[in-house]
Amino acid sequence: MILDGKCPKGPIQTSWDRHRFDLKLVNPANKRKYKILVVGTGLAGGAAAASLGELGYNVEAFCYQDSARRAHSIAAQGGINAAKNYPNDGDSIYRLFYDTIKGGDFRAREADVWRLAQVSNNIIDQCVAQGVPFARDYAGYLDNRSFGGAQVSRTFYARGQTGQQLLLGAYSALSRQVKAGTVKLFARTEMLDLVVVDGEAKGITVRDLITGEIRTHVGDAVVLATGGYVNVFYLSTNAMGCSVTANWRAHKKGAFFANPCYTQIHPTCIPQSGDHQSKLTLMSESLRNDGRCWAPKKKGDNRHPNEIPEDERDYYLERKYPSFGNLAPRDIASRAAKEQCDDGRGVGPGGRGVNLDFSAAIQRVGEDTIRERYGNLFEMYEKITDENAYKQPMRMYPAPHYSMGGLWVDYNCESNVPGLFVLGEANFSVHGANRLGASALMQGLADGYFVIPYTIANYLAKTKPGAVKADHPECKKSIEDVKSYNNRLLNVNGKKTVSEFHRELGKIMWENVGMARSEETLKDAIKKIPVLREEFWKNVKVTGKGEELNQQLENAGRVADFLEFGELMAKDALHRNESCGGHFRVEHQMPDGEAKRDDENYCYVGAWEFKGVDKEPELHKEPLAFENVHLAVRSYK
Amino acid sequence: MNLTLHVWRQSGPKEPGKLEQYEAKNVSPDQSFLEMLDEVNEHLIKEGKDPIVFDHDCREGICGMCSQVINGVPHGGQERTTVCQLHMRRFNDGDTIYIEPWRALAFPILKDLIVDRDALEKIMQAGGYTSCHTGGVADGNALLVPKPDADYAMDAAECIGCGACVAACPNGSAMLYTSAKVAQLAALPQGKAEAAERVCAMTDAMQAAGFGNCSNHYECQAACPKGINVKFIARLNREYQKALFK
Amino acid sequence: MRILTSSVGRKILMSITGQLLIIFVLIHLIGNSTIFFGPNGINAYAEHLHSLPPLVWGFRLFMLAAVAVHICYGVMLTLENKAANPGAYAVKKNLKKSFASENMIWTGLLLATFIVYHLIQFTIKGTPDIVIGLDSLNRPDVFKMVVTSFGNALISLVYLAAMVMLFLHLSHGIPSFLQTMGWNNEKTIPVFATGGKVISTILMLAYISIPAVILAGLLKL
Repeated sequence: MILDGKCPKGPIQTSWDRHRFDLKLVNPANKRKYKILVVGTGLAGGAAAASLGELGYNVEAFCYQDSARRAHSIAAQGGINAAKNYPNDGDSIYRLFYDTIKGGDFRAREADVWRLAQVSNNIIDQCVAQGVPFARDYAGYLDNRSFGGAQVSRTFYARGQTGQQLLLGAYSALSRQVKAGTVKLFARTEMLDLVVVDGEAKGITVRDLITGEIRTHVGDAVVLATGGYVNVFYLSTNAMGCSVTANWRAHKKGAFFANPCYTQIHPTCIPQSGDHQSKLTLMSESLRNDGRCWAPKKKGDNRHPNEIPEDERDYYLERKYPSFGNLAPRDIASRAAKEQCDDGRGVGPGGRGVNLDFSAAIQRVGEDTIRERYGNLFEMYEKITDENAYKQPMRMYPAPHYSMGGLWVDYNCESNVPGLFVLGEANFSVHGANRLGASALMQGLADGYFVIPYTIANYLAKTKPGAVKADHPECKKSIEDVKSYNNRLLNVNGKKTVSEFHRELGKIMWENVGMARSEETLKDAIKKIPVLREEFWKNVKVTGKGEELNQQLENAGRVADFLEFGELMAKDALHRNESCGGHFRVEHQMPDGEAKRDDENYCYVGAWEFKGVDKEPELHKEPLAFENVHLAVRSYK
Repeated sequence: MNLTLHVWRQSGPKEPGKLEQYEAKNVSPDQSFLEMLDEVNEHLIKEGKDPIVFDHDCREGICGMCSQVINGVPHGGQERTTVCQLHMRRFNDGDTIYIEPWRALAFPILKDLIVDRDALEKIMQAGGYTSCHTGGVADGNALLVPKPDADYAMDAAECIGCGACVAACPNGSAMLYTSAKVAQLAALPQGKAEAAERVCAMTDAMQAAGFGNCSNHYECQAACPKGINVKFIARLNREYQKALFK
Repeated sequence: MRILTSSVGRKILMSITGQLLIIFVLIHLIGNSTIFFGPNGINAYAEHLHSLPPLVWGFRLFMLAAVAVHICYGVMLTLENKAANPGAYAVKKNLKKSFASENMIWTGLLLATFIVYHLIQFTIKGTPDIVIGLDSLNRPDVFKMVVTSFGNALISLVYLAAMVMLFLHLSHGIPSFLQTMGWNNEKTIPVFATGGKVISTILMLAYISIPAVILAGLLKL
């Protein structure tokens, strides 16, 4: 099937304005009759629930954490982009649009990206009004800094905690609506199924994580803002609870999964210290504004980094990409780091690390300035590694960080299942094959504050409110299905723990579907994952009962989904016989090791339809047209 | 290293709980505290026992989910550090470690080390926001915020809402948590309009949720993983007095 | 009247009444110091004071009200605070709180008991040690009364103990009232903490100096 993104035709500059006019509206008096279920309370979900509640809809919001303020958007450090052009350095909506399309290696929809760039300015205004304490200069104006993949300073920030501050802004707006009674919040509640009635999304089945109760919430539309899936690698920068579960269960109910192979491996994370490791910690990309990446020129050089003289250091990013230098986009910086380590020139335990050196910056601007800029990051680094980065270089290694892929949505953020909307990292829409720094926060808030409030009305206006009741047979069936699925997990009673399986899956994924993929490794993964999955269902040990607070059961469900999803990811990576952005196939590279796209054959969105576990998924394509930015080889030299 | 753990086990909110002893063997100094507990749990599962449940999520010290009192100090006593960022190199071979949940009237224990912190939500919902509408706001630079004010607001805004201040407070008070939000918004021009209503509503909600009153022990600041300063409590008191005359 | 019922409002009341009591403690000390000038000093001061009965009684009632508010709300807040913290930690290590801050209610209640005793003794003149008489100028001989009573080591010891309570109460009370009034910031917090200790030490020593000097025989009849 050829998918239609339903993008507005005509000049892109006015596309969103024209589209907004074409969208249907819901009468203010009727809005409260519509119930909208919002799953996830990160930047996208929190902003969406707050905005929809404010408009007068009857909103129910769900999160698995104990508070809406804890979603993993909170961990984003660096900043949020906007085309304000406050520094007068040549930025514009068009440039932000262009940079995002190019940064995504020409695998995103132009219209979606344009809209993102256009509303980026509103986001900053909105957050300022909420009381987000963005960095200011001495005159009191908003301050900007530059960020990876851009040559202008368009990134707004709040120390090293921008994601936290933006999320707290959205959370405060949400709290206001909870008080006003328009939003009802269900914390510690995990979505385990999508209820589809007559082909439309009309509810979700959830598990109350305290009591273990399985129940269905019905609504007139469902909004998924459930984040990304890179925990499929086991070790990633995501929070422990981040999973593909909500998306995957929706996928099993008919929603197409688009571009699952597009995963971002972030270049600056603290290297793994041992087998005990449960997650990896990211160090903001902003560090590359002042830090210089280098590896020893000599293989196996075990000297202390401070003892390696200048002429024996290879500042590989500056060497390879003179114009962007240390600010090269993430996919490029990550692969370059991997290259150094594969070449036997890595540093630290196991040789999986490169140096990020601040000594030149400290000499230039002084330690105090560096402390003011990145103090909290240096502190965090010291807590984890016991090393003082003011005195010696940080050690960095790439780690899975973000998923550009996600459920397929059209221009209205609506999936192929009518009534199911997907926002933020959970959808696939704007980042193409690679996301630029400070763009995830922008997308989450754009979708939540400024897209869904308009586009959801277009769907609701066509439906009768409250058409499906909680006693609908589909709801009962969904509850039964979830219960029996959980019982199956509890009754295997094998010998291996859930996290042992997760680790094994992570190892398969990282080695075969990680930073560098080949036909051989992908086929290997596609062979191994089903074997592991089968073993899981025969030999997993899940303690406790379903009707209680049971973290093992929660994790078992999530890992079970990853065991199915991982296979799809590998299949997508195998089918995409090109390299682009975060998807790097070793067979397809330029002589200098850069990703080599195949626009002739792969300039499309690959959206997969679920046909059953152990059955071949079906591929649907949405061709991508580039009318405003010309398809070109991405170069950051 | 090998450690002896005394962990609070409680199967439900109404059930009695008690400390149980576990041995953590071959702990690496590079492990985080939670990774050490993960490993203890792996052993418990293999022995067919119920693993210890505890709240955790981001494991990078920002989400505020993790909440354990370790040897009598919330988050374990390393300055400006959450449990998830506490590393085992802070402990010595042979140490005995007591691990308990947050304890306060307003935080009922749900299971083992997990408590219900919904009371903190109630405080935020009472007024921890500016009543601006989505869209229709002024340009970000229309309101100038002097850098010292922005920095002050940011210092307050660093609160991660973990509740360690309550757990540490001899009065089970949430004044530091409440004051951080009150001070942040009172320091910014966009929050000033509602400052008086906010401080009254939020402190009333704090009282109604069963938190105690501040008596200036400052245990909260000492336990706070973000080092939120008690000067914000003074700011709250100041804002409150202004509100009294409105 | 949210000041009477709210968490912060009642703390502010505690702070304001506390400040009034501190001011009283200061004035009382200055007045009492006239004893060092011998019978002429303190007897003249006492007579002067009592020559204005409406003022004396107005002041007394005002102080009584302040004490009553301070005690009532102190007890109420302490009971609430105890309830809010079930105190069930098997191990609890305090990083910051002091003996003084922890025991405000006890030092406060002991001080209240002492005030009752003090009033019965020297105001109502109802304790057996009191010597009532007139001096050579026909004024009530306060000097003789005080010197006689403090000549009793046991009585002096009671006063000394009470002043230690006063020290403990004020060493937390002074910085605390500044904080509760909101007259505090990052820089002043440590300054006030030290200042509170210094001022309460000075007050304690100054008050103790009276019985000490008498017991040492430096002030004689």
